[in-house]
Amino acid sequence: MQIVINGDQKEIQDGSTVADLLELLQIGRERVAVEVNMDIVPKAVYDTYVLTNGNQVEIVHFVGGG
Amino acid sequence: MPVSSDTLKIAGREFSSRLMVGTGKYTSFEQMVQALEISGAEIITVAVRRVNISDRNKESLLDYIDPKKYTLLPNTAGCYTADDAIRTCRLAREAGLSDFVKLEVLGDEKTLFPDNEELLKAAKILVNEGFTVLPYCSDDVILCKKLEDIGCAAVMPLGAPIGSGLGIRNPYNIRIILENVSVPVIVDAGVGAASDAAIAMELGCAGVLMNTAIAGAQNPVAMAEAMKLAVTAGRLSYLAGRIPRKLYANASSPLDGMIS
Repeated sequence: MQIVINGDQKEIQDGSTVADLLELLQIGRERVAVEVNMDIVPKAVYDTYVLTNGNQVEIVHFVGGG
Repeated sequence: MPVSSDTLKIAGREFSSRLMVGTGKYTSFEQMVQALEISGAEIITVAVRRVNISDRNKESLLDYIDPKKYTLLPNTAGCYTADDAIRTCRLAREAGLSDFVKLEVLGDEKTLFPDNEELLKAAKILVNEGFTVLPYCSDDVILCKKLEDIGCAAVMPLGAPIGSGLGIRNPYNIRIILENVSVPVIVDAGVGAASDAAIAMELGCAGVLMNTAIAGAQNPVAMAEAMKLAVTAGRLSYLAGRIPRKLYANASSPLDGMIS
């Protein structure tokens, strides 16, 4: 299925969870926040939150700023 | 008051440093780490941005900053609406597991002055959601009182435009704010040199927040130390109570016993 991650289209396996996606992208879950269709996905449900076709996913972290 | 007991209290948390430092614009993470270390800052600001999906080898800020050592203060830099700022704060809380946010809602790219209407709107919602809101705002006492009434944990009026280095352009406005709000007043933005930080502290501000003044200096690590000393000196000077300004001289040496 197709999803949009941080503005880019990406093909991922059907039934992938947020945890699967982070693993695929090699992103540690501790230091990021994930949003699907503008709603925050709490870390506690990364393993059970199943993504669906067309989901808009944002994965953010902290960078230098003032 | 002994320096050791003079702490900054924000939302029930206590800090011994009154200097808050940003983490942007350094030439390297190593330089940033050294500057942060020598500044003595305990609260440091960070921005919230997309993870680079295509290049996972890029180093990350938190590889260099221990969140146990510093209180991270995520900002909403780059947000021009209350909605965007609120969304950024929610993401920041999830990423950092802290309620502290530096709320900024900008009105214009050229000045980076706050959009105070959107700021108040966002602050109200975020306070209701349990955030500890530290708003970057105009040096306007009416606005600051509104932010305090909403429940913001501090107010952070600008000294001058962000990154301008123009110093505290309207110390009288800052003084009026200090006399009329009871939450900590932290000057955020505008500091260029150590003397600016000292002036903010001598006015009676609870703290000073800066980024460009340190990161953009020719020697950021040396400037970080200068800022630490300036904030401490300015605070002590404020606590000590300065002499009144007078137009004419007042001799320091006794007139008695002059040779004739």
